[in-house]
Amino acid sequence: MCFELLGGRLLAPYFGSSVYVWGSIITIFMLALSIGYLVGGKYSLFRPSIFKYGIIFISSAISIIPTILFSEVIMEWVFSLVEDPRYGSLLASTMLFMVPTAIMGMIAPYSIRILTESKDSSGQTAGFLYFVSTLGSAIGTIFTSFYLVLWLEINQILWLTFWIMFSAGVFALILSFRQTNSLVDAS
Amino acid sequence: MRTMFHLCLILIGINSVAAKTLHKERSIYRNIVITQNSQKRCMRFETRRKAVSNQACIDLDDKQRLVFEYTRSILSGLAFNQNPKRILIIGLGGGSLPMAFSSLLPSTEVVSVEIDPAVAKLAKEYFSYQESDLIKTAVVDGRVYVKRALIKQQKFDWVILDAFNGDYIPEHLLTVEFLSEVKQLLNKGGLLTANTFNGSRLYDYESVTYQKVFDEIRIMKSPTKGNRIIFGCNCDTMDQKFVLDESLAKKLFPLGVDLQELLPRINDEIDWDTAVPPLTDQFSPANLLNQ
Repeated sequence: MCFELLGGRLLAPYFGSSVYVWGSIITIFMLALSIGYLVGGKYSLFRPSIFKYGIIFISSAISIIPTILFSEVIMEWVFSLVEDPRYGSLLASTMLFMVPTAIMGMIAPYSIRILTESKDSSGQTAGFLYFVSTLGSAIGTIFTSFYLVLWLEINQILWLTFWIMFSAGVFALILSFRQTNSLVDAS
Repeated sequence: MRTMFHLCLILIGINSVAAKTLHKERSIYRNIVITQNSQKRCMRFETRRKAVSNQACIDLDDKQRLVFEYTRSILSGLAFNQNPKRILIIGLGGGSLPMAFSSLLPSTEVVSVEIDPAVAKLAKEYFSYQESDLIKTAVVDGRVYVKRALIKQQKFDWVILDAFNGDYIPEHLLTVEFLSEVKQLLNKGGLLTANTFNGSRLYDYESVTYQKVFDEIRIMKSPTKGNRIIFGCNCDTMDQKFVLDESLAKKLFPLGVDLQELLPRINDEIDWDTAVPPLTDQFSPANLLNQ
């Protein structure tokens, strides 16, 4: 959500803040998330591990970097290519937000797979996960729109998002190495 | 009996002043209301604030007269350049500015940019805004219009920013980057005029932002309302550029514009904190600062 809010800010200088600009952003975020959920769910079938889970976090962090570094160049290019600001903002949103958001979408189903211990408790696990992720979205939204934009530049907030995702990924990797080591020790 | 009579008089009095609603419309951006009393017809954006904020008004007895003090103040920009060939107005409202230009400068091209199609429609229906070969309207976001105009290498002699009201500021229209783009649209010696508001933390940030782009700016504050007109130009200095010309003053008088009173109010006094950072596309919490 933090990323989505900032998306609006990034696009405004080129495509304005008309209703359709927000329409484009929300469309692309929803589309990307739906793809991410599907892919993440499928991916969780193949030997799921904390290690792979960490890799998803790190990939999503890394995929934000082009958005931070090249957003101006990309929007400049789209602006000169597409005259209609509706399709311009749609194309720009696709190029800027599709990949990172889709990878972030993979996290949810993969988390369910990792956290689920039995078929009986799977509903509870999913419910808890929805709780955490939606609450996180709410906090991200209010914190970004009320305070962060007052304290930091947009790119600084995006870097902050990058570091949070990246650290979470690294944490998962460390956790998975610890696990394998303890397994090795045990044997 | 006497008190009853007085009460009746008061009621009649209230009735003739109270505005009746002519038309209500829900646009994609806001609710727009057209109201009218015996003297004026106004366009209002419905807000939660109690105080009525009229976006545009016309005097029904004298349609040429500009009702708002700030629109009259903007016209003092004609003392800077009496004969602008192309004028760009961002924020149409009821169209009173383009209509004033059309009568004052019949051979000047005036492009008005308005984001809300409903506002453009109502300006024509209720406020005698008329398009022609020279009076044009573009229904598009101001920033998008300016960027496209730059690509097409268009130039203007005067750009008027009137897209802000006291309640809401389009943040992407109040950044160093946007104002630089506007400056690039100006011919050498071209003028920028912006209608802005006093009375919040934003004042310092806004002033610094204009200063950063235009170096020298001139200010005209309203003596009664919270408006502040900012002038900047694509030129080396603004000293001695506003000239009181008798024939111009005469031409403007029927519109309610008194140049003799207005021009002495233009000053270069810096009464803001120059240490705050300017607003940029990366840092533009204008609405948060405007509380």
